[in-house]
Amino acid sequence: MTLLTDDQRQLADMTRSFLAEEGTIKKQLRHWRDIGCKDGFGHGLWKQMAELGLTGLAIPEEDGGLGLGATEAALVMEEVGRNLTPSPFLTTALVAVEALKGTEQGKRWFPGIIAGETVAAFAVDEGPHHRPRQIALEARRSGNGFALSGTKQFVVHGASADVILVAARTAGSAGEAEGLTLFAVPRDAAGLEIENVTLADSSKAARLTLSNVAVDADAVVGEVDHGFEPLRRAMRVGRTGAAAEMVGLASGASTMTLDYLKQRKQFGKLIGEFQVLQHRAAHLFGEIEIARAATWKAAELVDKGDDRAGLMTHVAKAKAGRVSALAVQEAVQMHGGIGMTDEHDIGLYMKREKVLDALFGDSNYHARMVRMLAA
Amino acid sequence: MADLETFREQTRAWLEANCPPEMRTPMRSEDDACWGGRHFKFQSEAQEQWLRVMGEKGWTVPDWPAAYGGGGLSPAETKILKEEMKAIGARNPLSSFGISMLGPALLKYGTEEQKKRFLPEIARGEIRWCQGYSEPGAGSDLAGLQTKAEDMGDHYLVNGQKVWTSYADKADWIFCLVRTSTESKHGGISFLLFDMESEGVSTKPILLISGYSPFCETFFDNVRVPKDQLVGEVNRGWNVAKYLLGHEREMISGMGLGSGTSKTLAQSLGEIDDAILAAEVALFDVDALAFAAMSEHFIDQLKAGEAHPAMPSMMKYAGTELNKKRHELIMAAGGSDALEWESERSRGGKAPREWLRTKANSIEGGTSEVQLGIVAKHILQLPGA
Ligand SMILES: Cc1cc2nc3c(=O)[nH]c(=O)nc-3n(C[C@H](O)[C@H](O)[C@H](O)COP(=O)(O)OP(=O)(O)OC[C@H]3O[C@@H](n4cnc5c(N)ncnc54)[C@H](O)[C@@H]3O)c2cc1C
Ligand SMILES: Cc1cc2nc3c(=O)[nH]c(=O)nc-3n(C[C@H](O)[C@H](O)[C@H](O)COP(=O)(O)OP(=O)(O)OC[C@H]3O[C@@H](n4cnc5c(N)ncnc54)[C@H](O)[C@@H]3O)c2cc1C
Repeated sequence: MTLLTDDQRQLADMTRSFLAEEGTIKKQLRHWRDIGCKDGFGHGLWKQMAELGLTGLAIPEEDGGLGLGATEAALVMEEVGRNLTPSPFLTTALVAVEALKGTEQGKRWFPGIIAGETVAAFAVDEGPHHRPRQIALEARRSGNGFALSGTKQFVVHGASADVILVAARTAGSAGEAEGLTLFAVPRDAAGLEIENVTLADSSKAARLTLSNVAVDADAVVGEVDHGFEPLRRAMRVGRTGAAAEMVGLASGASTMTLDYLKQRKQFGKLIGEFQVLQHRAAHLFGEIEIARAATWKAAELVDKGDDRAGLMTHVAKAKAGRVSALAVQEAVQMHGGIGMTDEHDIGLYMKREKVLDALFGDSNYHARMVRMLAA
Repeated sequence: MADLETFREQTRAWLEANCPPEMRTPMRSEDDACWGGRHFKFQSEAQEQWLRVMGEKGWTVPDWPAAYGGGGLSPAETKILKEEMKAIGARNPLSSFGISMLGPALLKYGTEEQKKRFLPEIARGEIRWCQGYSEPGAGSDLAGLQTKAEDMGDHYLVNGQKVWTSYADKADWIFCLVRTSTESKHGGISFLLFDMESEGVSTKPILLISGYSPFCETFFDNVRVPKDQLVGEVNRGWNVAKYLLGHEREMISGMGLGSGTSKTLAQSLGEIDDAILAAEVALFDVDALAFAAMSEHFIDQLKAGEAHPAMPSMMKYAGTELNKKRHELIMAAGGSDALEWESERSRGGKAPREWLRTKANSIEGGTSEVQLGIVAKHILQLPGA
C-alpha cells in the first residue's frame, strides 16, 4: 500500500499546524533575512522542533531518537517546503544523522541534535555541479590521524555548524567511488577557513578552505576508503528530503497562485475564469501529485532497504526538481506584475526552488543517473 | 499478513499450474487481445482455456463479489494476484468494456436483477459490450446528445445515431445514452442496455488512421428496448454515465504505463547514438517511473475510497500524454525501421501503427482539454470553469 498509516498522518498534521503557525515566511524567512542574521535561520525554532521530537526523528531509538524513517522525514520536509521554513532540519536531522548512524561520532553528536542545540553540515561538492565521485579534497595520513587539504562549496549552514562532515579522498583519484572517506570535522579545527555565503534565496551555504586541517583517527565516520557507502546513504536521504521539500514548495506556490486566480479581476472577470490559465493550473496540479507519489515511493523503498531505492530516489529528485521549477514559474507569471515584487511572497518560492534543485544534484544530474541505471 | 503470504503462495502455484505457456508471452499487437463474446474467434486453444479457467475462478474481475461472478478478493489480495500475474508475464485473460466500464456502473446503479443477469456473463467474457455515448453533434459536449428514447408503456422506442462506437460491429450488447426528456440538458438523459441484434440496429465501420480497430457509426431505427434494461432512474442517466466515464478514464490512464511497467524506455530502446534523443529518453523515464508511482498510489486510494472523484481525469490526462510521448520517442529512435508499415521484420508495422493509435488516447474517453477543464473545476475549484 502506498497510503499513509494513521501515525504518519498524525505526524503530518502536527507538523503542518506547527509550521503554519511558527514556521511562516513572515516569522522566519523574511525576519532572518531582513535583520541580516548570519545563520539564516532561527535557533528558537530549532529548539521548538526539538521539543516536538522532530530533530531526533531519524535518530535510532536506542540513541534517544524516534527511530522513524524516510517517509516520516518526507512528510515533515513537505511542510518545511510549503512554508519556506529555514532550519537545519534537512542537513542536520536527516543527512548528517544518516551518515552518523551506528558510529562513535554519532554517539557524540546525537544528544546535541536531539536537544536542538547542535547543527551539523555536510560537505560534498567542490564545484558548481554535484559530482560526488569527483571529490578531490585530500586527506593524508599524518601521525595517528589525517591532514585534510582542499576546498568545498555549497556547504549548507556550514558557517553555523558545530560539526561538518567532510567527504575526502584517502585513496584513488577523482572520478572513482572507492578511496573516499567521511570525516567529522569540528567547526573550530585549526586550518579550517569558512566563508559564509548568502545564496539567492537568502539561505547560507559556506565555502570551505582546508589547509592541513589535522583530525584524529576517530574523526573518521565509518571506514577509511569506504566512505562512498555512508555518503550514498546520506545523500539518498538528503535527496528524498529535498524532493519532498520541493513538492511542498510547489504545492505552497500553487495554492497561493490558485487563491490569486480566484480573486484578481481583469477584463471584468476573475482571471481564474480564463481557460488558458485553468488548463495550465490543472496540468500543474497533476504534476505535483505525480512528484509527490514518486517521492513517497522513493522514501518507502529507502525505508524497506529495497534494491530499487537508488533508482527511485533519482526519479524523485529529478521529477520534483522539474515540477517545482514549473510551479514557481507559473506562479510568478500568473501573479503578473505583483509577482515580481519583493513585497509579495511568491518570488521567494522561485528563489528557494532554484537552490533546492541544485542541492545534492539537480534534475539533469538525476535524469542522467536514471538513464545510466536503466540502460 | 501471514494470510496474505499464504494467499500469494497459493496464487503463484495456481497460476503456475493453470496459465498456459502461450499466455505468458507479450502480446504482439492489439489483435492478440481476447475480447470474448458470442461471436469471438479465439486465436488459440490456450487463449480460450486461459479465459475459461480465470473466469471460473472469478479472476477476470478479482475484486467483484463472488455472487456476481467475481473473485471476492480484498484490495490487498487483488494486488497480489496482479503482481503474481505480472511476475510470470501472464496476459490479461479478457479485454472487456464490460469489466472496465459497465460492470462498476451496474454494481453501483443496477438493480439486483440486473446484476445477477449481466455481471456473471461479463466476468466470464460471454457478452461483448460497446459504448454508445458519442454522437455527431455530441462529442466533448456529450450531454448535447439527441438519440431519442420514447416511453411506449412496456418498452422504449429508440431512434438516432451514434458515432465513434468502438467495435460496435463486433459487440453483442450496447450501453447507450439516450434522451428521454428535452426539458433539461443533463436531466433528460437515460442509460439503456440493449442487444445489438435487436431489430433496427445497424453499424457501419470506420477505419482508423492506424489501420487498427475499426470503430463505427451506429444507427437506431425504431429499436424496441424492454424497460427492465434501463439502469438507474429515468432522466437520471447522467450520473451513471459520469460514474462510468470515471472508470473508463481510469482504464485509459493505465496506458501511460506502456507495455512494460517495470522496464524503462531506455532499456527497451537500447543504445542511442543521438545526444538530444538520449536526453529526452532520460527525462521520459523520469516521468514514466514517477507516473508509475502515482498509478500505484492512485489505485490504492481508489480501493480505499479516498480518491477525489475527478482524479481519474488527472490520471487520464497525464497517462495518455505520456503514452503519446513514449511512442514519439520510439519512432525517433527507430528511424526508417519504424516507418515500415508492411514488412516481415516490422511485425506488420507494429511501431507506426501503435504510434498512430496512441494519438486517440488523448481523445477517446474525453479529450485532454476536457480532462483539464474537469480538474480545474472540480478539484481546483476555479471560477466559471
Ligand atoms: C519589472 C516590471 C516593470 C514594469 N514597468 C512598467 C512601466 O514602466 N510602466 C507601466 O505602465 N507598467 C509597467 N509594468 C506593468 C506591466 O505592464 C504589467 O505588470 C502587465 O501589463 C501585467 O499586468 P498585471 O501585473 O496587472 O497582471 P494581470 O493583468 O493581473 O495578470 C495576471 C495574470 O493573468 C493573466 N491574464 C490576464 N488577463 C488574461 C486574459 N485575458 N487571458 C489570459 N490570461 C490573462 C496574465 O497573463 C497574468 O498571468 C511593469 C511590470 C514589471 C513586472
Ligand atoms: C479511438 C477512439 C475510440 C472511441 N470509442 C468510443 C466509443 O466506443 N464510444 C463512444 O461513445 N465514443 C467513442 N469515442 C469518441 C470520443 O469519446 C470522442 O471523440 C471525444 O469525446 C471527443 O469528441 P469529438 O470527437 O466530437 O471532438 P470535439 O468535442 O468536437 O472536440 C474537438 C476539439 O475541441 C476541443 N474542445 C471541445 N470542447 C472543449 C472545451 N470545452 N474546452 C476546450 N477544448 C474543447 C477538444 O478537446 C478537441 O481538441 C472514441 C474516440 C476515439 C478516437
